[in-house]
Amino acid sequence: MLKNRIIPCLDVKNGRVVKGINFIDLKDAGDPVEQAKIYSEGGADEICFLDITASNENRDTIYDVVERTSKKCFVPLTVGGGVRSIDDISKLLNSGADKVSINTAAVQNPKMIIESSKKFGSQCIVVAIDAKKNDNKWEVFTHGGRNNTSINAIDFAKKMEDSGAGELLVTSMDRDGTQIGYDNDLMFKISSTVNIPVIASGGVGNLDHLVDGIKLGNASAVLAASIFHYGTHSIKEAKQYLNSKGIPVRN
Amino acid sequence: MNVTIVDYNSGNISSVINSFKEAAKDKVKIEVTSNLNKIKSSDKLVLPGQGSFKSCVDALSSINGLIETLNEFAIINKKPLLGICVGLQMFADLGYEEIETKGLGWISGKVSKIDNQNNKFKLPHIGWNDIKIIKESRIFKDIENKSHMYFVHSYEFIPDDKSTISATTEYSSNIVCSVEKENIFGTQFHPEKSDRIGLKLIENFLNL
Repeated sequence: MLKNRIIPCLDVKNGRVVKGINFIDLKDAGDPVEQAKIYSEGGADEICFLDITASNENRDTIYDVVERTSKKCFVPLTVGGGVRSIDDISKLLNSGADKVSINTAAVQNPKMIIESSKKFGSQCIVVAIDAKKNDNKWEVFTHGGRNNTSINAIDFAKKMEDSGAGELLVTSMDRDGTQIGYDNDLMFKISSTVNIPVIASGGVGNLDHLVDGIKLGNASAVLAASIFHYGTHSIKEAKQYLNSKGIPVRN
Repeated sequence: MNVTIVDYNSGNISSVINSFKEAAKDKVKIEVTSNLNKIKSSDKLVLPGQGSFKSCVDALSSINGLIETLNEFAIINKKPLLGICVGLQMFADLGYEEIETKGLGWISGKVSKIDNQNNKFKLPHIGWNDIKIIKESRIFKDIENKSHMYFVHSYEFIPDDKSTISATTEYSSNIVCSVEKENIFGTQFHPEKSDRIGLKLIENFLNL
């Protein structure tokens, strides 16, 4: 039986973890590689890096991070943030990423999803959709949530599936950083519209939120950052909790 | 010992390279090449594969003499070969992804789309699934039945001779996820992404 996945996400800026766990035995707590290794040893089903490096001159730092991580972690590694071109995807994959998540570029240039999924295979193309509720619908935002495109998120999700995306990483901008749980209506709407796996993101504050993302949001995988970063919960605890609620997880 | 990962532009193989180097621990030399002479002189081969059946077969065919060299290695000389994902699927006679495409024909059978029961099951089949080991295989040494492996695929290999199946996994139906025929091994899942258990399988292959 296929298991639901737990994916810890690390924000990386200029090659360093922005928010990090404080493990005393860590040689370098700001090193994404060390953090990723702890997650993978703790049973994370995948690791996700979100590169939030702002300046162009430091963009290349992520390739080194990915390369070093992929030599230490033997679970799938997804990297997103600032992916603008086929060449960016190619460089990340060659550095050792298994999947690349694409956000703004997927909206601005949907053809890139068609081309990249043909070139590299759908299995490595994750489209990240940032959505915000407006009345009774959700709209797609780009540029890290700053620009409203007014595109209907549900329609866009379907379009991305048709373009060849292998998975959708759906983040509720309303919930991101609030710790009050995923927007499960949004997750459910998208998940029941498309036939590719949906990864829920944005808003996790406790372990019940992970359970809800799967049970109410119908997500195949749940992504969280701060509850794992700040050591509120370990991956192992999260898995035990999901298991106790009848959700199949990898042991 | 020399183990070669066949580099034929089949997509992203960096994880395969990293995991084999990790499992080899400097005891085994891992080469990554499409050089026919190096492939011929290898002790073992790894045939990765990502993307579609057709794109992988096309990529193999576009390197002059590669398919003949692989045939000689695996079928005539009977040296160990491990196919991963589409690398395994290409063992079949025929694949039906995009259009009907001829495979290597090493293990009779076909590769067709997973029947997802009218969208009841999402495709691709992505994530961790437990495998049912149905035949003792040397690559499963010290790997427990029901171990979890990482999968990403929408197509499945259906071999004619069921005795070649060494493991299956449950997703909408029983999917063949590992085959073994004499010196030829294949996994539909990705051992290179399957954590410690995946590394163990790779180590078992290296130790054959």
